Amino acid sequence: MNSIEYFKEHFDQLQLIDKQSGLESIRQRSFIELAEKGIPTVRNEEWKYTRISSLFNKEYDFPVDAVEVSENDLKAIRLPGHEEANELFFINGNFSPVYSNIRSADLITMPLEVAAKNEYSEIVKKHLGHSSHYLKDGINALNTAFVHGGVFIHVQKGKAPEHPVYIYNITDARSVNILAQPRSLVHISKNAQVQIVETYTTLGTSASFTNQVMEIIVEQDAMVEYYKIQNDASHASQVSTTHIRQVGKSFTHTVTISLNGDIVRNNLNVIMEADHCEAHLYGLYFQSGKTHVDNHTVVDNKSPHCLSNQLYKGILNDDATGVFNGKIFVRQVAQKTNAYQSNKNILLSEGATVNAKPQLEIFADDVKCSHGCTVGKLDEEGLFYLRSRGVSEKMARALLVQAFAVDVLEHIKPTAIRHYVDQIISQRLEFPIPLDEDLI
Amino acid sequence: MLSIKNLHANVEGNEILNGINLEIKAGEIHAIMGPNGSGKSTLAAVLAGREDYDVTEGSVEFLGKDLLELSPEKRAGEGLFLAFQYPVEIPGLSTTNFIKTAVNEVRKYRGQDALDAVSFLKLMKEKMAMMEIDKTLISRPLNEGFSGGEKKRNEVFQMAMLEPKLAILDETDSGLDIDAIRIVANGVNKLRNKDNAVLVVTHYQRLLDYIVPDFVHVLYNGRIVRSGPKELALELEEKGYDFIKNEIPIVETV
Repeated sequence: MNSIEYFKEHFDQLQLIDKQSGLESIRQRSFIELAEKGIPTVRNEEWKYTRISSLFNKEYDFPVDAVEVSENDLKAIRLPGHEEANELFFINGNFSPVYSNIRSADLITMPLEVAAKNEYSEIVKKHLGHSSHYLKDGINALNTAFVHGGVFIHVQKGKAPEHPVYIYNITDARSVNILAQPRSLVHISKNAQVQIVETYTTLGTSASFTNQVMEIIVEQDAMVEYYKIQNDASHASQVSTTHIRQVGKSFTHTVTISLNGDIVRNNLNVIMEADHCEAHLYGLYFQSGKTHVDNHTVVDNKSPHCLSNQLYKGILNDDATGVFNGKIFVRQVAQKTNAYQSNKNILLSEGATVNAKPQLEIFADDVKCSHGCTVGKLDEEGLFYLRSRGVSEKMARALLVQAFAVDVLEHIKPTAIRHYVDQIISQRLEFPIPLDEDLI
Repeated sequence: MLSIKNLHANVEGNEILNGINLEIKAGEIHAIMGPNGSGKSTLAAVLAGREDYDVTEGSVEFLGKDLLELSPEKRAGEGLFLAFQYPVEIPGLSTTNFIKTAVNEVRKYRGQDALDAVSFLKLMKEKMAMMEIDKTLISRPLNEGFSGGEKKRNEVFQMAMLEPKLAILDETDSGLDIDAIRIVANGVNKLRNKDNAVLVVTHYQRLLDYIVPDFVHVLYNGRIVRSGPKELALELEEKGYDFIKNEIPIVETV
């Protein structure tokens, strides 16, 4: 289906169905871009190690409405802490208000089509599609060309919802192949704070491909914590873009945890557009089987006195492959930038590989920037030390892997989510959950 | 308890142990002394099961079992403990969780039930008091950023928790000031009883002022060239290792 004609057919249908939302023109522009650029191949430098063209060898449904899922399905999908959290559901790429549950009055959510026409239309007009300035490829254009059924999330000025926002991306591939394209625009007003947690779940065994774009605007004195938890089925692939604009002096904290999926590509962009912005980007990928995970980060310093810190750690087993590509731009005006980046990898098997590439483009002369990257095996000295105390080799490996992951995991601040991730990792390592330190 | 017969071991083709014979009985303290490069640490490592060394000849029997056939973790399960000369720093691994895992793994090996959180904490508090270990030490990641003295105290604390039959102290005194040596030695002495034994590997005599050995053995060029009572250590301290070197002809092995 890697033909523009195929997309064109669906595109024309969508333009006919949704004529009134005011999103037709951005779709039109993006479709032209998609037609020009096509789906990226490995000849594209940004996609050198991640081959998604194979995902387009089959036909997918392009659902334009959220389908129904059962209570039982939801029960299995919901994250711990959901009783209190604000929950938003995307089903097959479409926002589903029926299942969603916003408990905090500090949060306003509505279909993107609605926001595009009411008092939020200026925000939508200004920010929707900004990611295309950084992701100049057909895959980003593909999402925007089909922007429909998206959500607009607005955190009110000076407010901080007590509980996180959980966003579930569900792909129901029980009967047909599904291409799901969730889209969201998040606006965090001045002096507001929010925690966002996103997960991805595929139901059924047909092909599942999620091409997601979330754009987040962070106003002055606002704070956002964003957690992406990827533990989807081994046959489910995704390209997941999170594009953050810090338009005022603000603070962002993102943690990307990738634990399973067929081909997973994450684009995380942080654009620092005001003085004294601060951004922390953490990532952990722990993959096995034949899975592939690619983290592309961009930190663009467009203003002086900003600080960014990146720590991405990878554990790769079996024939899994990992990619880390971290780009830091420091524009000429962005004096006194502090930008740090570190990527550390452990390969647990002969078949596992990782490609790491830092890219620094610095045009200012008074900055502090650093990057570092390591690839190694589990420490043999450490293994012997643990084994000499009676710990079996398997358990010793598990302890070392867990220890390696800790300095990323400890940045997951919502405790229920931290425990949830710890549990998945412990299960994978066949290792009992650690003792609660508070007991001592 | 431990019976080493004609033990030969090499690393990357270089013979380091050259026919060691040693008998240790329950209740005894043995000291192995020797100059740098004599094979002291190699002997400790071979006994604990480090895989970098190839045993080419000889046998080691520990409590009736062929020690050399056992993996490092099984040796620990059988009751062997090696206090490392350079304990490994493992950032991200909590000392408490590690010790709990080790204690329960050893208990499992010995056919005992795992300790629940409450019993484990009770045991730990008891041993912490006995070893004069501060809570802040074990709430930190394993050995990370520990001073030399803290690392060694942590080793002896783990020893107390695992209650080994035979404890091997590999240069436990190296890098420690006299106060730290005293604390570590006190810990070891408190753990002594008629059913266990200690093998102290050291370059200097000073540790032996605090952990008083029943027998002293001098290791040189991979073999024990002299054994004697604790006074032998004093003699070595006084005369230096040169007198051994001069006395003992170097035996070339074929």
